[in-house]
Amino acid sequence: MTSTQAPAPGKNTVIRRPGDRIFSGLSLSAGVLILVILAGVAIFLTVQGIPGITAHPDEVKSGKSFLPYVWPLVFGTLVAATIAMLIAVPVAIGVALFISHYAPRKLGQGLGYLIDLLAAVPSVVYGLWGIGFLAPRMVPFYAWLDEHLGFLPFFGPASATGRTILTASIVLAVMILPIMTAICREIFLQTPRLHEEAALALGATRWEMARLAIFPYARSGIVSAAMLGLGRALGETLAVAMVLSVGVGTVTANLIGSDNPSTIAANIALGFAEATGKSVNALIASGLVLFVITFLVNFAARSIVDRRKEFSGAN
Amino acid sequence: MNRNSLRLAAPAAALALAFGLSACGAGNESDGSDSTGSGSKVSGTLNAGGSSAQEAAVAAWKKAFQTTNPDATVNYDPAGSGAGREQFLAGGLSIAGSDAYLDDDELAKAKTLCKGDVVEVPVYVSPIAVIFNLDGVKELNLTPKTIADIFAGKITTWDDAAIKADNPDAKLPSTKITAVHRSDDSGTTQNFTDYLSKAAEGAWTAEPGQTWPVKGGEAAEGTSGVVAAVTSGKGTIGYADESQAGDLGQAKVKVGDTFNAATPEAAAKVLDTSKAVAGRAATDIAIDIDRTSTEAGVYPIVLASYQIACQAPAKDAALIKAWLTYVASPEGQKAAGDTAGSAPLTADFGKKVQAAIETIKAS
Amino acid sequence: MTTTLTPPPVDVSRELYGAQLPTWGPRAVIAAGLLGAAAAYAVGANLLEAALVAWLICMVLPLWSAAVEGRRKATDRLVTTLVTSAFALAMFPLFSILWTVISKGSKVLSAEFFTYSMRNVVGEGGGIYHALVGTLLITGAAAVISIPIGIFAAIYLVEYAEGNRLSRWIRFLVDVMTGIPSIVAGLFAYALFVLFFGEGVRMGIGGSVALSVLMIPILVRSTEEMLKLVPNELREASYALGVPKWRTVAKVVLPTSLAGIVTGITLSIARVIGETAPLLIIVGTTDSVNFNLFNGRMASLPVFAFASQRNPGIPPQFSIDRAWGAALVLLVIVMLLNLIARLVSYFFSPKGER
Repeated sequence: MTSTQAPAPGKNTVIRRPGDRIFSGLSLSAGVLILVILAGVAIFLTVQGIPGITAHPDEVKSGKSFLPYVWPLVFGTLVAATIAMLIAVPVAIGVALFISHYAPRKLGQGLGYLIDLLAAVPSVVYGLWGIGFLAPRMVPFYAWLDEHLGFLPFFGPASATGRTILTASIVLAVMILPIMTAICREIFLQTPRLHEEAALALGATRWEMARLAIFPYARSGIVSAAMLGLGRALGETLAVAMVLSVGVGTVTANLIGSDNPSTIAANIALGFAEATGKSVNALIASGLVLFVITFLVNFAARSIVDRRKEFSGAN
Repeated sequence: MNRNSLRLAAPAAALALAFGLSACGAGNESDGSDSTGSGSKVSGTLNAGGSSAQEAAVAAWKKAFQTTNPDATVNYDPAGSGAGREQFLAGGLSIAGSDAYLDDDELAKAKTLCKGDVVEVPVYVSPIAVIFNLDGVKELNLTPKTIADIFAGKITTWDDAAIKADNPDAKLPSTKITAVHRSDDSGTTQNFTDYLSKAAEGAWTAEPGQTWPVKGGEAAEGTSGVVAAVTSGKGTIGYADESQAGDLGQAKVKVGDTFNAATPEAAAKVLDTSKAVAGRAATDIAIDIDRTSTEAGVYPIVLASYQIACQAPAKDAALIKAWLTYVASPEGQKAAGDTAGSAPLTADFGKKVQAAIETIKAS
Repeated sequence: MTTTLTPPPVDVSRELYGAQLPTWGPRAVIAAGLLGAAAAYAVGANLLEAALVAWLICMVLPLWSAAVEGRRKATDRLVTTLVTSAFALAMFPLFSILWTVISKGSKVLSAEFFTYSMRNVVGEGGGIYHALVGTLLITGAAAVISIPIGIFAAIYLVEYAEGNRLSRWIRFLVDVMTGIPSIVAGLFAYALFVLFFGEGVRMGIGGSVALSVLMIPILVRSTEEMLKLVPNELREASYALGVPKWRTVAKVVLPTSLAGIVTGITLSIARVIGETAPLLIIVGTTDSVNFNLFNGRMASLPVFAFASQRNPGIPPQFSIDRAWGAALVLLVIVMLLNLIARLVSYFFSPKGER
């Protein structure tokens, strides 16, 4: 590890004081500690999960071997998280931009404050809101989609209660909005004033200023915010479990039906309380799969946006 | 430095606030010094957990038990039956609440853990009502076979001939039926599917289990979720604990030649007519509920939830015994009936249960 | 003489800015949108459809602008409309949730609600004191564990790692960590504590560990982003004055990004304070007050709310009201926390551009 650490010429002329050594030691150990925690979680998931993966179909409640059992869940997880991200990312960027650059400052601060609050609403409340408020109001909309766009595979027979994977995705989107908005907002606010003013002075419209000065500066931050949101969307348990009407091993393109694929996290929440023996291991193994999915998604995002290029500050 | 130290002030302030609170206890909690009354009191902390169905009943039991025994604290984690049994078997809980009795593997483990027999008693009996929401229809009679066909998706409209045959007087609309089932694994689903597979004359082919086994229909999480879905939909039908059914219509179910409603009395009665599981010790009152009973006034869709403890507990034996004795007593059963809507055990059955609890060795 | 000096009557602003919409243009369009929505609502459309009508009318503005002002201005107006409507779209569910919690939760608020526990309470009455204490202690301990780790790790990533392989791995794995489902964090904490304390362990500090697993990645990512935004000129200026690196970080970099870091801290606390599943597994729940993080079960607001609404007993209303009350109190706690954070960053951020 140390061999790759060759510092740039000039930097090593800084005298290493004891304070420096302590400080860098502290920060290094904090970083390493995170790796240790994560390794702990990974080891725990693997050790507990393997008996579930290798379990004979008769030993688990689902009566299926692991792959056929977990595949519909993976499908549902990806569908729900993808739709949630498609809704939430543009809206979060829009809201953050509105608060940081469009709204009057006082109003923006107040609104930002309100949005931060929503990050704390417990999942139960989102779930109750999804069932009691959102789902019934989506029913006519779903009926309309079914009637007019029914030729598309996404809008098959409509649910009579509105408790569909699309509704669950919207609830997820609402849940991840606050945290994504808050981070985007802070980053937009940090854009150097001089860059913005330079753009405006050259005659740029406000949008062109945003495109030229804010977005390039904030891109890595937006990706981080999106990844945080995605993490929560993938891992949310209770709200999805409450809102979604899940089928038995369903894999369907229909987003508005009453027979929906479940998600991994919701399935853990629904099954864990009554699970015993190998079924517990199977549930934990599905958690391992979710872990791997998060791993892969982040890996993909990382290779698309190479964050090291815009490393720091106002270079 | 002041900036950095103040940056840490927020969490410190939160902690200080928390400890500031700690200066005083809750307004309703005494330190036990004002205990009055006579008789032997028990003290200590009893850790129980498991079935969430029992939670409301446990709250009622705890209130009475902790009032008579002010130095005793009972904790009940409503983490689920499976979790409760698992942790009981691992030695983590003194009492497990479970919607199903221990299976043979678990019993063997339990016997090893307890170094002896287990006391397993049904203490919470709850009728599971078939609830429906259909405009203009208040009363509904259903045969087990019809219920099975509805939940299996074979009967799809309310004016189906099979439903009409049992309800000659009802004005049944041609509304589509939406059958709502539990999406989470539950003892309620286990008992409901068990009923269907035994009583529906072969119309229900899926294996009974805690997970809803067939495709189709609508799924909802928890009793409250099912009730909410049935309430908010039109032409919906579902199954839920009778106590939580609220204003929803409840179907009467055919038993023998009559249609019986889901009442606590009818539910408790079915335990009397059911057989104990063969090959169990006398203290292990595991019951296979008789779903096909034809006796008058019986309601066979019933959830019986157990509390499980060692016969010779390693610690807190007196506490465990006192708790279970109260829970199974007529007073305890009545308290649960009043606050959780469960069915109090019948006098005969209650005696059997108490006899089993009496064997707990509280030295 | 005078005649030659008189300039021709030219509208200077026109020459500089080109054709423009009248200043009342946007306002007129918004007013028209509102009128249209009101009209649609009056003829029987539901709120959603009325909002859609208003939105469609507002989209006239970019088109109008395209006709009068040209493409660039029109794009700008389009984006303004879109950003504003994104905002309105987001506000709708958020307010609806806030309103639900406040209206349903405020019913039960009373002195008894805050000072009583649920010990020996069935039906009406009782309170959340035990859960409030539990939530504050567990979350407070989680913050004490996570904040130093999170901030120091972010400092390592930004200031010390210089993009080495270890830092890339940390960064990547922190992102992966954000995807850990909360229930898995709870199971992990339980497995960890069972190693030390044996089966059936229930203690508040275990909940804090589980919450830390969820909190640390949020902290690291937000702090890292904020530290990266500190201009290098500031660091270089500090080095040039002979200030050691650690003092530069502590006295220049951290204060500069203080507002953002504090927001990150409150956000991460807000994110975990409402977690239910992990606490149910490792902390359990009780009806009585417990101040000891290291011994026995503790109640917490989210678990209390969850259990109250799930198994309400009869009549269910009292218990469900308490659940909403607990959710509202949770919101108020986070609101106060936010307020403290704002004050901290307001008073201790360097006065600068903003």
